[in-house]
Amino acid sequence: MARGKINLCMWLGVLPLVLSVFLVAHAARAQGKEIRIAAAADLKFAMEKLSEQFEKQMGTKVNVVYGSSGNFFSQMQNGAPFDLFFSADIAYPRKLEATGLAEPGTLYEYAIGRIVIWTPTGTKVDVARQGWKALLDASVEKIAIANPKHAPYGRAAVAALQKAGIYEQVKPKLVYGENISQAAQFAQSGNAQAGIVALSLAISPSMRDGRRWEIPAEMHPALEQGAIVLKDAKNKDAGRAFLDFVKSATGRAVLAKFGFEFPEKKEEEK
Amino acid sequence: MEALWLSLKLAACVAAILLAIGMPVAYWLAYSSWRGKFLLESVVALPLVLPPTVLGFYALVAMGPRGPLGKFWIALFGHGLAFTFGGLILASVLYSFPFAVQPLVASFEGVDRRLLDASAVLGAGTLRTFWRIILPLSLPGVVTAAVLSFAHTLGEFGVVLMVGGNLAGVTRTVSIDIYDHVQSLEYGAANRMALVLLVISFVVLSVVYAVNRRVWTPWTAK
Repeated sequence: MARGKINLCMWLGVLPLVLSVFLVAHAARAQGKEIRIAAAADLKFAMEKLSEQFEKQMGTKVNVVYGSSGNFFSQMQNGAPFDLFFSADIAYPRKLEATGLAEPGTLYEYAIGRIVIWTPTGTKVDVARQGWKALLDASVEKIAIANPKHAPYGRAAVAALQKAGIYEQVKPKLVYGENISQAAQFAQSGNAQAGIVALSLAISPSMRDGRRWEIPAEMHPALEQGAIVLKDAKNKDAGRAFLDFVKSATGRAVLAKFGFEFPEKKEEEK
Repeated sequence: MEALWLSLKLAACVAAILLAIGMPVAYWLAYSSWRGKFLLESVVALPLVLPPTVLGFYALVAMGPRGPLGKFWIALFGHGLAFTFGGLILASVLYSFPFAVQPLVASFEGVDRRLLDASAVLGAGTLRTFWRIILPLSLPGVVTAAVLSFAHTLGEFGVVLMVGGNLAGVTRTVSIDIYDHVQSLEYGAANRMALVLLVISFVVLSVVYAVNRRVWTPWTAK
């Protein structure tokens, strides 16, 4: 009996303590102190800058997880706990909206992605001067692209190669990264002598010393990138606030600095 | 099916190579009395605790044109190791090393020392003792080592993902193929391949446990 009493007393003491810890943690998240973002791998550097500035402005902590958009999409269909999703392909957030997994009306096309041919320092060809021809050179044995089966950047790379009329010729040289970051890493480590990667990665500090050639935007279907607030978001207001920040002049300036273009600009050109 | 065939081929090659390399290493680990032996034991066990990302990352950098292995290989064959079947074999041998060596060491150590002494007294050399005494008595360990390294290579994912480059028929193993299907939301195809792999793995492991429990001893000629 005595033991039972001690246990009961202990529980009476500990339970409120445990509960309050949970409540405080939960309240912190609910009050907009923290948001969790799933972002496509090409956003790595731009997103770091964006979240740093947002944290400074709003005092909300931003947690970003980077990966392939397709992977995040299947995770979200199975209830992954994210507040915001920045996809490299607007088709994924569109599908989330259509299936009722996202907040209606929050879909936003935040940027248009560009791709470049990038070569590491050891590669003999001068891609900046030769453009497509560089890929046909015998010294380029492997060309890294993202897997076109599920990575938007891979699909764009294949489309551009086809448009350039060299896809069949270079196909035996292609190696496939799981996402655009891995394709970049294959080229950056020198295992592939060239890669078709996101401009946003090619101008990042670790890849700046290689050579690059920007593939003309009209060579592939536009890489429309979309973001959306998720239905199950713990923190919808903060999610919306972050999206507003990305839409603002400051946010767009950061994206532009990392090589992203905007849908409006494309329309102006037309 | 191409991916499954590739995986089986890779696993068979790796198991064969691991037995060949693993035996001398295991012999030394079992019988050496060097005080620093624990250091080599730790090195052998490293792939058990290191994440595949670490092994894959090192392998990728080492195989690159600026890495020691890559330089050597390019000088020898004129092309790099990454994204080739040879590269996969090398990475898998590293990755599955403890799965071959540890069962071998355990069974070598289990051989009665008096038999070894008797063999030596009767004039047999080290090699002869190994072939005639140690190896026959350690057969369950050898089978376990072969089957485990085979099965472990079959199920390998992270290292292959990091150095393979996903080439059909060359480096797209069954685990990568399943991952691709899941990524492309082709759950049906993923499910079929996963089921095949599940059955194969179960059969392979059943063989190991049956052998270890002496339910079934294929090698005793009675």
